[in-house]
Amino acid sequence: MIKLKSKTQDALLFYVLRTISLVVIALLLGIIFVLIQAAWPAIKAGGLTFLFSKEWNPVEDRYGALPFIFGTLVTSLVALLIATPVSVLIALFITEYLPKSISRIVALLVEMVAAIPSIVFGLWGVFYLAPFVKKVLAPLLKTHLGFLPLFQGPSFGIGILTAALILSIMIVPTISSICRSIFELVPAHQKEASYALGSTKYEMIKLAILSPSVSGISSAVVLGLGRALGETMAVTMLIGNSPVISSSLFSPAATMASVMANEYADANTPLHISSLCYLALLLFLITFLSNLFARTIVKSFSKG
Amino acid sequence: MNYRIYRKFKNFMFLVLTLVSALAVLIPLFMIIQFVLVQGASSLSLDFFTQLPKPVGEVGGGMKHAILGTIYIVLLGAAIAIPIGVTCGIYLSEFSKSKLSKTLKMTVDLMSGIPSIVIGIFAYLVVVVPLKSFSAFAGAIALSIIMLPIIIKTSEEILKLVPNHIREAGLALGLPRWKVILFIILKGSVSNLLTGMILAISRAAGETAPLLFTAFGNMYLSYNMNEPMASLPVQIYTYAISPYKDWQRQAWAGAFVLMVLILTMNLFARFILTKIKDKKGI
Amino acid sequence: MPNLNDAKVILEAKKLEAWFGDFHAVKGITVDYREKTINAIIGPSGCGKSTYLRCLNRIHEEIEGARTAGEVLLEGKNIYDKKVDVVDVRRRIGMVFQKPNPFPSMSILDNVVIGLRLQGISKRSTLLETAEVCLRKAALWDEVKDKLNSLGTSLSGGQQQRLCIARALAVNPPVLLMDEPTSALDPIATAKIEELMNEIKKEYTVIIVTHNMQQAARISDFTSFFVYGNMIEHGLSADIFTNPKEKQTEDYISGRFG
Repeated sequence: MIKLKSKTQDALLFYVLRTISLVVIALLLGIIFVLIQAAWPAIKAGGLTFLFSKEWNPVEDRYGALPFIFGTLVTSLVALLIATPVSVLIALFITEYLPKSISRIVALLVEMVAAIPSIVFGLWGVFYLAPFVKKVLAPLLKTHLGFLPLFQGPSFGIGILTAALILSIMIVPTISSICRSIFELVPAHQKEASYALGSTKYEMIKLAILSPSVSGISSAVVLGLGRALGETMAVTMLIGNSPVISSSLFSPAATMASVMANEYADANTPLHISSLCYLALLLFLITFLSNLFARTIVKSFSKG
Repeated sequence: MNYRIYRKFKNFMFLVLTLVSALAVLIPLFMIIQFVLVQGASSLSLDFFTQLPKPVGEVGGGMKHAILGTIYIVLLGAAIAIPIGVTCGIYLSEFSKSKLSKTLKMTVDLMSGIPSIVIGIFAYLVVVVPLKSFSAFAGAIALSIIMLPIIIKTSEEILKLVPNHIREAGLALGLPRWKVILFIILKGSVSNLLTGMILAISRAAGETAPLLFTAFGNMYLSYNMNEPMASLPVQIYTYAISPYKDWQRQAWAGAFVLMVLILTMNLFARFILTKIKDKKGI
Repeated sequence: MPNLNDAKVILEAKKLEAWFGDFHAVKGITVDYREKTINAIIGPSGCGKSTYLRCLNRIHEEIEGARTAGEVLLEGKNIYDKKVDVVDVRRRIGMVFQKPNPFPSMSILDNVVIGLRLQGISKRSTLLETAEVCLRKAALWDEVKDKLNSLGTSLSGGQQQRLCIARALAVNPPVLLMDEPTSALDPIATAKIEELMNEIKKEYTVIIVTHNMQQAARISDFTSFFVYGNMIEHGLSADIFTNPKEKQTEDYISGRFG
């Protein structure tokens, strides 16, 4: 048996670890490459007009992504609008208002929401949330805010609003858990300094906790956005899946993820498949960029 | 004086707002759990675990094939993801200063952000298309890509909890570094690493989107990894969007089983992980 | 005690230097250590004692950005020679650390024999025998002989430190380095360790860094006094503590330093 010097033995392990790590990095690049390759026919056929064309017509084999981009952005933005304040407030409630023993349980419960499978959200949404929106929420919004184009037209229960509501519940844990870890970083002496000025608790929170955390909170929000953009099952079950662009939140719509889930298995023309892959590529790029963006904020935040 | 009352009022209103927000999330959580419990448990019977689906129109039948299918696909995926994931975790914790380490970290972050449906399409393109068939194997590949970043991250964190002086103690015994890493650091953390794997498995077990066009689903029992295979989430989806009352009832039962499975694993892993972190690892 | 100075030299440092990045922590130390003696290193904290000690078994170089120069001769052979395998060096120069650090999730028995086992010795009787011998040397055998399979981390701090001593002795190194081994322990545990060092001394050469001057005076044969990476004085402990040659040493010992 050849006896290797310990440095050589160590180097061997190092290279094994390194190779596997390179495989994982290559996997990410591979995902990008395969998607581009599969989307290529659609990219060649549609190019950038794919992004701005409103027509999605598998029967005539003509494809445009605008309704899905619209549906994805609108549901995600509405979800963020609801989830952001709620998440920040919950994070404050847990870190600042609750005693340690209870705060742990509440924090765990909020994180539990993230563990619930998306299909269960969808199921609950179909059988409970959608009827609730149709019977209670939509009429309520119509009577009080009906003058806005956002809240006009009939509500069938499923549609943009319902999908956005379920999304907002699903992304709260993502945003609030990051906010919590940011708020916990605020040193006690800063809070005390604020109290020493005679602040109320609310003023202390505004002064010592929220204002220095703005960039951290925004990165949490962007990460939440990333989750919302890619969420598939719950949205697919609740959005109505029709590629229309409407100003009303009651209207059905479709998202990039939902159309993939609905049509990919049945797609039969090569251009249809390729167009769906083009959508997958776009969705990948959007979430990729938003995540990258969030990381850079976090990085500059933790440095500063 | 008035101003003081105004300030106190604002302070109070803010407290109310935070309370309302907490309720806004906890109430849906409890409602979902209650809904799944009530609807699911009432639809649940022994048949659900032991029977295969009956044809449309006939009442009864169960999801035995989907329960076993989920276990099969998830474990196959875990078998792929765990060795790779732990290896990368070791690399990140033991060689954290290297340039590749930073690239890998970023890769992991970005990977965990990829929508699961996109991963499903990727697995379709690289497995289903060349093999010309939906297969449990394709589903396992998709799930392994979902588990990979979670396993890498938790392994890294857990191995980093082992204090540096433990590594030095191993080196000071005249052991080469690779033995210290594998037989002291890694072996000493095995039980903790398991919790990270449970967390990853609990996440993957609930995924539907990546299985839609990889494992696809079927209505019979199969253990062949080159064939389509049913899974609990996909079966729930199929039944939930069907118009048949009996199928919808079964979807609830399926959701109940899935939730119990996932929440138990998740809570268990979290409980252990917080305990580990409280004790600072060792 | 004239015979101490006649004993064979086992370890010597020659113009040993060490850096952390740009920080020059150890500045040209030249000294020799005699077989089967206890050598104490004292000095104010942050004076490079620990770094110096960590250069003697080449553990210093495991830290990012650490560098050394000069020579350390173990029985006449330079351990920094390129041909020397660092693993062999550390096998012959053992180390006990400041904080007791038994390996996590490992039994008491496994902790002691892990060094041998990972060198490829797997015969159970040999391992058990070594474990008993080393645990006896570390004065721990009687306390743990009935629970060799419980976790090493379940012991008290003082017991853990003695376990670490047993673990270091198991690979049978002629030289044992100790980096403030009692600073994390209470006086009773400290006394136990000092006691066992007198036994260990019969077979091993010990170099111990300590912040406790009484300890150095009680247990050591030789003492070196370090200030800011320089060795101010080295000699028989009896001389250093009663009749130091250097003013700085005298000031430090009498508590007037700094």
